[in-house]
Amino acid sequence: MEPLRRITAVAAPLLRDNIDTDAIIPSREMRSVSKTGLADGLFAGWRYRTIGGRDADPRFVLNQAPYAGARILLGGENFGCGSSREHAVWALREYGFRVIIAPSFAPIFEGNCVRNGLAPVRLSVETVAALSSQVVLDPQAHRLTVDVEQGVVYSDASEPHPFELDGESRAMLLEGLDAIDLTLKHLADIDAFFAADRAARPWIYPDLAAMDHAS
Amino acid sequence: MATMGPRSLFEKIWDPHAVRELGDGSSLIAIDRIFLHERTGSVALKSLAESGRPVLDPSRVFCTMDHIVDTTPGRGDATRVPGGSAFILETRSAAEAAGIRVFDVRDPLQGIVHVISPELGLVLPGATVVCPDSHTCTQGAMGAFAWGIGSTEAEHALATGTLRIKRPRTMRISVEGRLAPGVTAKDLALHILARYGAAGGRGCAVEYAGGAVRALDMEARMTLCNMATEFSAMTALIAPDETTFSYLRGRRYAPQGALFERAMGVWRALASDPGARFDHEIVFDAGEVSPMVTWGTSPQHAVAIDACVPPVEASGTTPEAHARALQYMGLELGQSLIGLPITGAFIGSCTNSRLSDLRRAAAILRGRKVAHGVRALCVPGSMAVKRAAEAEGLDKVFIEAGFEWRESGCSLCFFAGGESFGPRERVVSSTNRNFESRQGPETRTHIASPETVAASALTGCITDPRDFAAGEV
Repeated sequence: MEPLRRITAVAAPLLRDNIDTDAIIPSREMRSVSKTGLADGLFAGWRYRTIGGRDADPRFVLNQAPYAGARILLGGENFGCGSSREHAVWALREYGFRVIIAPSFAPIFEGNCVRNGLAPVRLSVETVAALSSQVVLDPQAHRLTVDVEQGVVYSDASEPHPFELDGESRAMLLEGLDAIDLTLKHLADIDAFFAADRAARPWIYPDLAAMDHAS
Repeated sequence: MATMGPRSLFEKIWDPHAVRELGDGSSLIAIDRIFLHERTGSVALKSLAESGRPVLDPSRVFCTMDHIVDTTPGRGDATRVPGGSAFILETRSAAEAAGIRVFDVRDPLQGIVHVISPELGLVLPGATVVCPDSHTCTQGAMGAFAWGIGSTEAEHALATGTLRIKRPRTMRISVEGRLAPGVTAKDLALHILARYGAAGGRGCAVEYAGGAVRALDMEARMTLCNMATEFSAMTALIAPDETTFSYLRGRRYAPQGALFERAMGVWRALASDPGARFDHEIVFDAGEVSPMVTWGTSPQHAVAIDACVPPVEASGTTPEAHARALQYMGLELGQSLIGLPITGAFIGSCTNSRLSDLRRAAAILRGRKVAHGVRALCVPGSMAVKRAAEAEGLDKVFIEAGFEWRESGCSLCFFAGGESFGPRERVVSSTNRNFESRQGPETRTHIASPETVAASALTGCITDPRDFAAGEV
């Protein structure tokens, strides 16, 4: 996973509440058992004039020239709600986004972001609105900087806005760590846990073949 | 760190599953059950295989085909989803290679993951249960700690038998009194969403409690817990009780005999202690809940069925979102929901496709006909539900009324099976999400109980199911 310490980039405002993962990547755009090939389907229902088509709708923010190269997305409350599909995060990353700034995130989506090098940054509704109203004046000029290491967001025209990430998420983003590798360092603890648990709660460990036979 | 003093149900499950602390409030939590389906489980299995890591304990991993499969009778691996068969074929081969039990397309035990997992006795009180699917919270109805994860986390759980998770905050929602006749668990779920908003659950582990919740049967509890993800909760839980134990006893993969009795001794302690602390507490009376229907494009856009489209101040939403939802839904402020003409009616999904749901809908449909111009479908949640319904003759009731009667799967809850409703088509649906284009391009979805879907299918417009109360013609 590509680490993310600090980024300065064009930010695109999409300040709708409850942007769901069906909107981020419609089910019909998930065409193969893969984490890639998803960028074209990002926001397909809003980005293109017709369902399934590829004719850009100029009303959608990402189709507007000033937002070319956007790497930061400004969103509304409960961003990423709905389906757990990690394809939503893979699509955002493949398109080029590294940061989503929103007042709140749906829990599964937030976890998916951290595991894929996409920083979920929580700022208040007022701060997101203020950043957005500044950005829209000239998106290419008013780029935002998100510093994951320091935990701040700022632009040339604003005070730094601090944000919080829990220690694990911050470390994952900064170091680009593989969580499975980290956890497998505790394999002895895990094995000991399951050995003891098998004796304590044998009903958790079914013998399916015997049960199939009995049914 | 283990909780001191009186403990909540959630804490009684979390504490003994903590393999070790990871600092900063995170723990390595042991996972008892992993469920997979072909839509999001496929990529987890594939990625894990590519990494060369084995599945730690395949005997506690279960896989079904529900999201891509066709639901028309006589189906096989072919599906109308472009490229969809690959999801089925790749999931099957990866699961079999890993030694994972698959409830496959033609397996009599196949069904929607959240319907079959309790039905087969695979979800047990006090267990930790994960699936790369947001509606995994459904299983909290069994008194399990069950939550939806992404595919990368699923890969982690498969490889290590654990997940690294930050301890969630807790919330208790106590619903006192009793739901009125004709008011269902679905209406209760929509009432909570309308009242506290789609972000109201704030990532919490939510315990549903109170007399009205304890009075629900297991399938109704599943419906209630199912929509906790729509509430932005991490999950929902209901303390296991005699209703839970009698549901579970004798199920295919539940513990049997003396082992069941021994487990029950442990499960009986799984209730929040008096004085247990929650980060948030909500209490209200069940008498405040009416049959509900959604008017907009978020599950929080719900009102009592006899109400009108609410003004922005009463909608819990911003003026822009309110206007956008009305425009999408083709509605006007103050318009009555009852009487809106529909062209689609859908009974199915992990929310409302169990035998009791089908029975209640059939009681309204019996001896009546779906209105002209309405396409109506019933998709049982599992093949076992389908067989049980057929044994009672419910299939005939649905078919004679004019419903299609399908094989089990997720179906038209979204684009599953490659089917969808049409543009600007207005549909009443027993599902969980009324998002833009969820059930079809520009389709206008109104979520409601199976009773409301059945009543509306008969009249051809949104209808209060109490108009068809037992005995009335």
